[in-house]
Amino acid sequence: MAAQGRIVWVSGPAVRADGMSEAKMYETVTVGDSKLVGEVIRLTGDVAFIQVYESTSGLKPGEPVVGTGNPLSVLLGPGIIGQLYDGIQRPLRALSEASGSFIGRGITTTPVDMTKKYHFVPSVSNGDEVAAGNVIGVVQETDLIEHSIMVPPDHKGGKIANIVSEGDYDLETVLATTEGEGGNVELKMYHRWPVRKPRPYKNRYDPTVPLLTGQRVIDTFFPIAKGGTGSIPGAFGTGKTVTLHQIAKWADSQVVVYIGCGERGNEMTEVLVEFPHLKDPRSGKPLMDRTVLVANTSNMPVAAREASIYTGVTIAEYYRDMGKDVVLVADSTSRWAEALREMSGRLEEMPAEEGYPSYLASRLAEFYERAGRVRAAGSPDRDGSVTLIGAVSPSGGDFTEPVTTHTMRFIKTFWALDAKLAYSRHYPSINWMNSYSGYLADIAKWWGENINEDWLSLRSEVYGVLQREDTLKEIVRLLGPEALPDEEKLILEVARMVKIGLLQQNSFDDVDTYCSPEKQYKLMKLLVDFYKKGQQAIKEGTPLADIRAMSSITSLLKARMDIKDDEMPKLDQLEADMQEEFKSITGVKVSN
Amino acid sequence: MTAEGGVQYSKIAEIKGPLVIVDDVENAAFDELVEVETKEGERRLGKVLEVGNGKAIVQVFEGTTGLSIAATNAKFVGKVMEMPVSREVLGRVFDGLGRPKDGLPDPIADRFIDINGEPMNPEQREYPKDFIQTGVSVIDGMITLVRGQKLPIFSGSGMSHNLLAAQIARQASVIGTQDDFAVVFAAIGVQYNEAEYFRRSLEESGALKRSVLFLNTADDPAIERIITPRVALTVAEYLAFELGMHVLVILTDMTNYAEALREISAAREEVPGRKGYPGYLYTDLSTIYERAGKLNGKKGSVTQVPILSMPSDDITHPIPDLTGYITEGQIVLGRDLFRQGVYPPVNILMSLSRLMKDGIGEGSTRADHGEISNQVYDAYSRAQEVRALAGIVGKAGLTEIDLKYMDVGDVFENEFLSQATDENRTIEETLGILWKIVSKLPKNEITKIKDKYVEQYYKEE
Repeated sequence: MAAQGRIVWVSGPAVRADGMSEAKMYETVTVGDSKLVGEVIRLTGDVAFIQVYESTSGLKPGEPVVGTGNPLSVLLGPGIIGQLYDGIQRPLRALSEASGSFIGRGITTTPVDMTKKYHFVPSVSNGDEVAAGNVIGVVQETDLIEHSIMVPPDHKGGKIANIVSEGDYDLETVLATTEGEGGNVELKMYHRWPVRKPRPYKNRYDPTVPLLTGQRVIDTFFPIAKGGTGSIPGAFGTGKTVTLHQIAKWADSQVVVYIGCGERGNEMTEVLVEFPHLKDPRSGKPLMDRTVLVANTSNMPVAAREASIYTGVTIAEYYRDMGKDVVLVADSTSRWAEALREMSGRLEEMPAEEGYPSYLASRLAEFYERAGRVRAAGSPDRDGSVTLIGAVSPSGGDFTEPVTTHTMRFIKTFWALDAKLAYSRHYPSINWMNSYSGYLADIAKWWGENINEDWLSLRSEVYGVLQREDTLKEIVRLLGPEALPDEEKLILEVARMVKIGLLQQNSFDDVDTYCSPEKQYKLMKLLVDFYKKGQQAIKEGTPLADIRAMSSITSLLKARMDIKDDEMPKLDQLEADMQEEFKSITGVKVSN
Repeated sequence: MTAEGGVQYSKIAEIKGPLVIVDDVENAAFDELVEVETKEGERRLGKVLEVGNGKAIVQVFEGTTGLSIAATNAKFVGKVMEMPVSREVLGRVFDGLGRPKDGLPDPIADRFIDINGEPMNPEQREYPKDFIQTGVSVIDGMITLVRGQKLPIFSGSGMSHNLLAAQIARQASVIGTQDDFAVVFAAIGVQYNEAEYFRRSLEESGALKRSVLFLNTADDPAIERIITPRVALTVAEYLAFELGMHVLVILTDMTNYAEALREISAAREEVPGRKGYPGYLYTDLSTIYERAGKLNGKKGSVTQVPILSMPSDDITHPIPDLTGYITEGQIVLGRDLFRQGVYPPVNILMSLSRLMKDGIGEGSTRADHGEISNQVYDAYSRAQEVRALAGIVGKAGLTEIDLKYMDVGDVFENEFLSQATDENRTIEETLGILWKIVSKLPKNEITKIKDKYVEQYYKEE
């Protein structure tokens, strides 16, 4: 029996109601005469403490609160892809139809169009035994997404009866019934799943396949694996959002879930405007055909911001269970943590660091633990992954603040954004000394097998130059560059070239925005070749000034913009030109 | 006790700081407007921050000075705070709560609008991309402003932010259009003469009749400052989305706003976040800044240029920090440049316009704009490194190329950055100076510009 209570107290998004002894923790309730959506987050006697997902302006004590009996859940079925949802899976398009340009309150709508028909192709027959997770058929959701219809994970199993034949059905059509110990259960194209409960799977694998993003500083220097976790902290203006947009655009995953959690409204609009026009580099189809957006902008109700992360990750797990690689990008987890802090403050809980609740770390851990590459439950066998990437917005750009420090404990790839690099317009401003990737060793095998076996050693070589430069810079700062011998000045020169020609990447340039693994490798190899030839030339007495004056340097530095992914022979030509030029300045034949 | 329309009178139980706690409340709503009335008949406005168990916590905008427990009544008005709006608000001056301050009667209201506004549906936003020519080279060339953007000026005490904001307000135009425009100016706790400077500047340029002014000066009640930006933005949204005007909103100084918010938070004994500011400062600021933008199917736009002074010039202070996380970039004024007498003293390396990329280029400014500005950013940042190095090893220790970068830095500051407060440069002039700067460098240093533009615009001296 659903709880029926009355509001006794209102303060911002927090409401207390009495007469709620029937209510369950994390149950969804409707609040007030205008039926706002809320969730029970504490129970004391018959008083329930409720966080409300909509603005509570005008709410009065005495208004009713009614339980729904269900925890906060999302609807999982075809029609999710291409949508823009708010934090509790209400499609913003439907909200605008109901309330215009601004977001109204108390609007109920279904997350997907329940009347849309999809062409269902069954893959089981009457009499087949099915269990939780089994695929009973597929529908084509978008051009890019073949959507498996699965037996819900909490299903007790049974025998298929009355399966429909191939044809067009809407979401409410009963596709089959199962007969089992728990009685007869109807299977439709969709089911619901509580957002705070991870979806079950059979077993987990180690992440060994890189998630290719087309971003050189990520793929080549600080890679992330499919099913891995990564974090991108940075002060404002350092390019978190641009980097996350780049990952969402170019990552080689089948599905992208983009959560705008407490961020700017225009950023979500940008994705909405841009993605339908951008083509997936692998399939040539619009990127929107594989993207789901969850937007709870900074000025939308704070409690729904807390929920948006869970809504997003549950959708990601659902597509993972179909055997797809899913990338979830959350911008920004700091705003989610602030939502926790705000509710915790209103609950009058004892605060830990900087007013954040003491359970901040465990909530972050739970979230990142929902990443992974898994074998899905049920048959046939499907392997899928959820890669979780969270932006962190540390206050004052200080990486010692609680959200950044706790996040670092639970993630394996750390892309540290650096305000100094951003100020000098070095983008992406990922600091190569402070960033790290825990997946380097695991995914080196993939690069070795698919691109070139010397990938790891070249990477170490280039990274070594950057490390040497970092030490030399200290000396230059004290004594000036002329204090260094030519060999070391060459290191500074090469480091500059690596920064401009490899680390920097212009996301707004049509060519440079995405860089194939082959081109990444080749650019890196050219730089290493240049370094080695330069070292040799200096050893043989060539003045550094002659090397600096080489015209192939400019071509090499512009190659990232000038040479397209499908023009690799031009890079070979560049290599030949560089060799020739070395020959001419050294006056001797340089061995290959 | 409830009268028709939900009006009720209640007794005051406690007064602390800007808050009064009202007892025996039967029918008050969260966020409801409250009239606090003294025995002498003086009325002050407030709103409900918290309600329940027969009590309501009310924040009094005009302060609690002179209120007594015995002789004060609270009246719950039965609605949230609203601003009366109509075309007649143009040319008028209001106080920080939206009441006429120019001696004229209340404007005849076309509508009454909840001052808190509602969040714009991101699905209904139109992505801003119309270039605004401000005539200020550093903004047009390097930190381009577009219609519907929120681009704050981060300043410090005593610096020339007012001159710059007023210059933007006077000169801003979209090339090739004759659209209706308006300026909404909100003074939040600033000195009288600063507010007056704006008024005069608008008057001299003839823009005053297209402007709406909201003045809460330093001697006005501090808590009123919570309301001032909200009434201003309510009017701006009305002008933009119902009357189709392009509205430039200037809010100065947001630091005073945040301090008023902190005062209330402290009085409520809330757990503080950084530097005593409430944990919800980010969310609260966003409900102001996010009220900029353009909407699908509506003609007008709201562009915001909030001004805030960074306490001790510290950009990591919570107010500029959280602002920067919400706004679409920032224009940072530099103390060093200001000391050197440069106007406008914009530190471009710390400044940024996030919407620049979509507002520039072919069809709006010029195809080479993005690349030339990238190259100048890079060159100016190199110039700063070289200057620092010259400070250690002396000019003699610099290479030839280093010296060229020094030169770039000087030309940038003296010819590009510096301009008169009444100088209105076209975008072509601005881009011309940028190429002049880049032409100080040898061609092989130009790594961020496509060859075709270098051939077209580079002029070796």
